[in-house]
Amino acid sequence: MTAPGSPAPAPHLHAGTTTRGLMLSVAACLLPAGTWGVLVLGPRALAVLAVAVGAGLLTELLIAGLAWKSFTLADGSALLTGLLAGFTLPVSVPLFIPAVAAAFAVAVVKMTFGGLGRNWMNPALGGRLFVTFSWPALLAAGALPGPASGGGWVRVPPWQPDGSLLGGSGTLGAVSTLLLVLGSVYLLARRIVAWEIPLTFAAGYALTVWALAGLPAGGGLFRGDVPAALASGGFALAAFYMATDPVTSPQGRAGRLAFGAGCGLLSFLLRAYGGRPEGPFLAVALMNMFVPLLNRLGSPMAGKG
Amino acid sequence: MSSPSSFFGGGVRLPERKSPTASLPIRKACIPAEALLPLRQHAGEPARCLVRVGDTVAEGMPIGRAAGPLSADVHASIPGVVKELREIRLPDGELSPAVVIALEGEFARTGRARTPVDWRTLSRGELLAKLEAGGVVGLDGVPAATRLRVSGRPEVLVVNGAESEPYLTCDERLMVEKAAEVLSGAAIAAAILGAGSVEVGIEANKPDALRVMAGAAAGFGCRVTALRPRYPQGEEQLMVRALTGRRVPRGGRPEDAGAVVLNVATLLAIHEAVVLDLPHIERVVTVAGEGVPLPANLKARLGTPVAALLEECGGLAGGRVIVGGAMRGFALDGLDTPLTKGMAGVLALSRRETRAAGRTACIGCGRCIAACPWELRPVELYKWLEHGELAEARSRGLGECTECGCCSYVCPARIPLLEGLASGRRRGAA
Repeated sequence: MTAPGSPAPAPHLHAGTTTRGLMLSVAACLLPAGTWGVLVLGPRALAVLAVAVGAGLLTELLIAGLAWKSFTLADGSALLTGLLAGFTLPVSVPLFIPAVAAAFAVAVVKMTFGGLGRNWMNPALGGRLFVTFSWPALLAAGALPGPASGGGWVRVPPWQPDGSLLGGSGTLGAVSTLLLVLGSVYLLARRIVAWEIPLTFAAGYALTVWALAGLPAGGGLFRGDVPAALASGGFALAAFYMATDPVTSPQGRAGRLAFGAGCGLLSFLLRAYGGRPEGPFLAVALMNMFVPLLNRLGSPMAGKG
Repeated sequence: MSSPSSFFGGGVRLPERKSPTASLPIRKACIPAEALLPLRQHAGEPARCLVRVGDTVAEGMPIGRAAGPLSADVHASIPGVVKELREIRLPDGELSPAVVIALEGEFARTGRARTPVDWRTLSRGELLAKLEAGGVVGLDGVPAATRLRVSGRPEVLVVNGAESEPYLTCDERLMVEKAAEVLSGAAIAAAILGAGSVEVGIEANKPDALRVMAGAAAGFGCRVTALRPRYPQGEEQLMVRALTGRRVPRGGRPEDAGAVVLNVATLLAIHEAVVLDLPHIERVVTVAGEGVPLPANLKARLGTPVAALLEECGGLAGGRVIVGGAMRGFALDGLDTPLTKGMAGVLALSRRETRAAGRTACIGCGRCIAACPWELRPVELYKWLEHGELAEARSRGLGECTECGCCSYVCPARIPLLEGLASGRRRGAA
């Protein structure tokens, strides 16, 4: 009920959420894991994060200011993109890598499609994948644990350095699965991110790993090492922070459940058979493409267009 | 009284903010020196003006005659002289002719004892005629007589005492102070309709109203049910589902499920028009919000300017002034807007209460979809309308939207979803 020319449209109350609030909450929930990562991996990790965040913010400022938009730094999205991109990268990379990843994320993956809300792929993932395929050798040096690094699927106890809960390999996002999950508990409890996606993502991934991951190593059906799989390969980062990006995930409940399940299944396939340790990241990026389709699921008007 | 009923997906849990006025007895407001009476206080055409400048009018005398079934009579709320006829802009943006009456002379009705009419001796036609003569209009702007005449023979009359809008407590106070009169109005409406049963629904956050109404209901043979407080519980379709278990078809009316819904304030007006021969010339209005120093429920004459109502409550300390509820009401840019039949609240809300913020692009979070009680996809409808695709939006359920505002309430990007959908609906209706 609003009057033409009325000073302010109804409703005159609001739940209080803002886009910036959501973005900054997610960024804040990454802080414990980030801090721990810097403690474990050293100042180099801080440099990677700082470069990624700085490049993300600068790119947003330049493009939004110069090209066609107003000041959009305040919405917090570039900050989060830079932070997430930094989290996915091995700390051993030269510092131009995080800069390129974050700049590509903001400039190409987000801005070329029209800015916040218009991009079809998670910007941080897009940036990460761009540098992965552009400089494979540089990124392989600090690869995430997985079949390629010798850990295998069958028995890597979660307390061992590669694939652990609290200590780890050369990527911020893989150093502490535990702290990442803790941060996301807050996001889920406050309903800042949708619970449906991490739920089916984890369930789909765990089930397929449990049932099938023993096969490549000759262990037979139902012998996969679920804890190791969940604690490694950037799964927590992908499931709780990447797949839940509202822009690039479905809006309805049915679509979200299917999206998460698809991410889980693809994560397994890419890790077990695709030879890609960062399987969950690729899986989310692939599933991003299906979002327009999944948005039709459960819509009351599904048949109409 | 049964346990709290629950009923619908979607909706939002709103802050109640009712405590400043919930326990205050209804207070009589001062009679205004001038009453500004719009001839449109209902859904249809403005009433035909019956007076000229210089005419002397008595309290309760008709000054406007209904022009069609969706139009209703308008009465002089104060005795006096017609000072001016002019066109004013109503809070909803529509223009309406209006009559200005300057207070003068004696009160013909106020303060005089009245002999109650035994309405049971009257025929259906006589009862409807009394409602028409009293100018009784429902909350949705449809005259009560028209609503009761066209509703067929529903099985259930639902009494809407949900009052799920924050701040507002005028219905709650009516139920506490005038339970018998409200239920008498319900009995009259049920008799006109031929409805077999009367179901009263009140949100569980009004224990006093629930207790008093349940006590009074025994004598009227109706049932009182506590409802889970959740906005927009007061929507007719949701009331019918909560109280009768019947589902109103998508986009349908309560009548499609054999029910008619009337608000408690409307029922009181029905009682007064029929039993006391009192036309609809005053109403109870909640004046509240952080910008109001002394919040109150005022019983005020129609036509009293909002400025005078605020003055009675300690003056306006600042903030956004709204008439109606905080979710569906209209912001004002001037305070000379008069009190009208459907105006349940005058609110002055501070920035801390409105939590206004700047708009960003849609981030596709889906909160509006989860909040919509009708399972619509507000953001999709908004985008279709933004691109001028009215037909597409209608095929996706725009017609089922009741403009409750839940979508805008939860949107982090602060997209004016309600405003967009409401204007699309107006274009669709035109």
